[in-house]
Amino acid sequence: MSAYKIIDHEYDVVVLGAGGSGLRAAVGLSEAGLKTACVSKVFPTRSHTSAAQGGISAALGNMGEDDWRWHMYDTVKGADWLGDQDSIEYLCKEAPAAVLELEKYGVPFSRTEEGKIYQRPFGGMTKNYGNETVQRTCAAADRTGHAILHTLYGQALKHNTEFFIEYFALDLIMKDGACKGIIAWNLNDGTIHRFRSHTTIIATGGYGKVYYSATSAHTCTGDGNAMALRAGLPLQDMEFVQFHPTGIYGHGTLISEGVRGEGGYLVNSKGERFMERYAPKAKDLASRDVVSRSIAVEINEGRGIGKEQDHVHLHIDHLDPKVIDERLPGISEASKLFANVDVTKEPIPVVPTVHYNMGGIPTNYKAEVLTVNGSEKTVPGLMAIGEAACVSVHGANRLGSNSLIDLVVFGRAAAKRAAELVKPGMKHDEIDKNETDRCLDRFDKLRNSEGSNPTSELRLSMQKTMQSKCAVFRSEITLKEGVNEIRKPYDGMDSLSVKDKSLIFNTDLVETLEFDNLIRQAITTMDSAYHRKESRGAHAREDFPNRDDENFMQHTLSWCNGSKTKINYRPVHRSTLTNDVQYFPPQERVY
Amino acid sequence: MVQLSLPANSKVGKGQYYKDKTGSKNIRKVNVYRWDPSKNENPRLDTYEVDMDNCSSKVLDILNKIKNEIDPSVAYRRSCAHGVCGSCAMNMNGKNGLACTKAHSELDGDIDIYPLPHLKVLKDLIGDLSTLYKQYESVEPWLKTSKINTKENIQSKDDRAKLDGLYECIMCACCSTSCPSYWWNGEKYLGPAVLLQAYRWIIDSRDEDRKERLKKVADELKLYRCHTILNCTNACPKGLNPAKAIAEIKKMLATT
Repeated sequence: MSAYKIIDHEYDVVVLGAGGSGLRAAVGLSEAGLKTACVSKVFPTRSHTSAAQGGISAALGNMGEDDWRWHMYDTVKGADWLGDQDSIEYLCKEAPAAVLELEKYGVPFSRTEEGKIYQRPFGGMTKNYGNETVQRTCAAADRTGHAILHTLYGQALKHNTEFFIEYFALDLIMKDGACKGIIAWNLNDGTIHRFRSHTTIIATGGYGKVYYSATSAHTCTGDGNAMALRAGLPLQDMEFVQFHPTGIYGHGTLISEGVRGEGGYLVNSKGERFMERYAPKAKDLASRDVVSRSIAVEINEGRGIGKEQDHVHLHIDHLDPKVIDERLPGISEASKLFANVDVTKEPIPVVPTVHYNMGGIPTNYKAEVLTVNGSEKTVPGLMAIGEAACVSVHGANRLGSNSLIDLVVFGRAAAKRAAELVKPGMKHDEIDKNETDRCLDRFDKLRNSEGSNPTSELRLSMQKTMQSKCAVFRSEITLKEGVNEIRKPYDGMDSLSVKDKSLIFNTDLVETLEFDNLIRQAITTMDSAYHRKESRGAHAREDFPNRDDENFMQHTLSWCNGSKTKINYRPVHRSTLTNDVQYFPPQERVY
Repeated sequence: MVQLSLPANSKVGKGQYYKDKTGSKNIRKVNVYRWDPSKNENPRLDTYEVDMDNCSSKVLDILNKIKNEIDPSVAYRRSCAHGVCGSCAMNMNGKNGLACTKAHSELDGDIDIYPLPHLKVLKDLIGDLSTLYKQYESVEPWLKTSKINTKENIQSKDDRAKLDGLYECIMCACCSTSCPSYWWNGEKYLGPAVLLQAYRWIIDSRDEDRKERLKKVADELKLYRCHTILNCTNACPKGLNPAKAIAEIKKMLATT
């Protein structure tokens, strides 16, 4: 193999990814005195956390009585009882302190008349265990993710975090089942970097780009998830893909649930507010899986809008323009730009659009990565947080505004746990040369591909297959076809074409590496969906319309070697972390 | 003597011409600045004939179409595709903007796409923003408060409203790289993007370091190289007004 220039680094901890969770972890690690590297393929403020709009949930009680236990119940129910209740307890209990900490960092939250953090209603967030709607979602207008991301980057600068920006991570370095660091490619000068670390924290976000239409950024390719798969580790609950009810029709741009929180509502071609039929109590503020399915049914039954009757309308034209200006300025801008709609006068055309991955790298509530080998075991030296991780607090369906809080609560938890496990300046193990060779062999092989299939064609084929075979509604037939079809683009890599052979900002090769990462996750998603023969949360099977707690109140684990997968299960944690709250046993889920 | 022409190795030559292969009747010529650091060649302008019948509405859609269907080697940054991440800032028909929000229907004639002006080019449309990022760090973009209690800071709605038009900045650098003062003194003058960020913290009612912050920017080069040309405000793809933020800083310095 051709010789690549390798530059070695030693750090106590390496954080991979610089979005909300990665930055929060990096801040905590730096505070703890650990020598920390934060490696990211994009400049931190370009991370996709910036696209989060509506807000961050926490039972602060600024807008009326609230209790973190109510938040916990809503999250358990939203997750359709697939979430681990010990982790959910941790999330909801820690949430208020985490939001107040963000405010102290400088996040420009919107304010109430008394000058406190403004909170808005959001889907599935209720008072007193499922009763009336509560205002729990803390907002900085409709640019909450942007505000949090920029603030966290400022904090990381304050703490002198060492950044390696525009470095594309290639693989984990493993030794005897433990993670010893990562290998990354510096896009700026083409060098290869080997980071040795006692703990590696994967914070690489979701993999929405396996689908054709997604609110996700081009860069949401789940690189860390694929690195875990290549290291022989499983991913968890990959079949649970959240379709956001309101992506702009034809473009996929997100229109925040905050729009419905502020009083927006959906209508079909007959002008009916159809959510009243599907969720009599919560209506337009039912949880996302419910609203997305309802829209899909309306469209399937011929009540969609437009020439193709393939979308519905979201109205906010009845709201006071002043309220829109103050609380929803970003969506006014996006609607104008991408749908040519003046939201004060016309409805926004929307359609359910891929938005979030509940699945990812399995972890416990301390962010330590889990695998199953007979029983549940942690993987030494490896943690995962944010959308890359499956803690699992979101279970089968995430509630809106629970992702931003997930980032900061578990980013902080990972830093705390790493500080317990790693002492500054500990000696590093020797790394087997084979690990580096294996990684660079793959890199070199992809770089020198001289076949006939451009990466863009294989990617498009993957995205179209996912879009048509693994959508809002699934069945044995579509999934079986999907399981076969999704392997075609994988096999297409045998004759891959990469035109650019250079090493500096070779974005042809970056996209190829990203595709190699995506396709493995597409395969595990499709296979996991095929094997789950029930309907739960975001996984809706037409042939198995009911939830089956007896057989499937379990997390799916999927390993992937080449295009071969192995599917196994591990039980959902059926106990809370402390006695501060009682376990919520499964119930029928109605909104 | 000031050098008024481009250095010899920066002169842009004629590049390759990619003829349409789709047979489309609706063709638009797109000229893209190309430079590969691994080759010892001058920059060039490649021309692509793009089938506009099958192209979505924004300039980024054109670039993605070129990369996916014609020439995968074109290098540019892009991520969110809806104007919040700030990655795809570039110069289109002579004006800075975000490729993902700029409609190509708003551009006349052939489309010329260049990197943001006056940056060191790393490859093709990718410019080096490291100086701007260091300048951003120099304004200490974090809240300075001595309050360590666990309650939130109270901030009135009016005080919070002072941050509107500032906190939305996505640091795409469209403004700074359109500013002639920044072109000439980019190492020392902080430029509109960074000064807008500086003002965002100066004016935050929760921050206790206003005097020090003002003192730090009150410098002939850092601040007063702004000559109110207003290219910045004209360039901002988010509709913000960096020139006004700079004027506010100057006003605060003059009145305190």
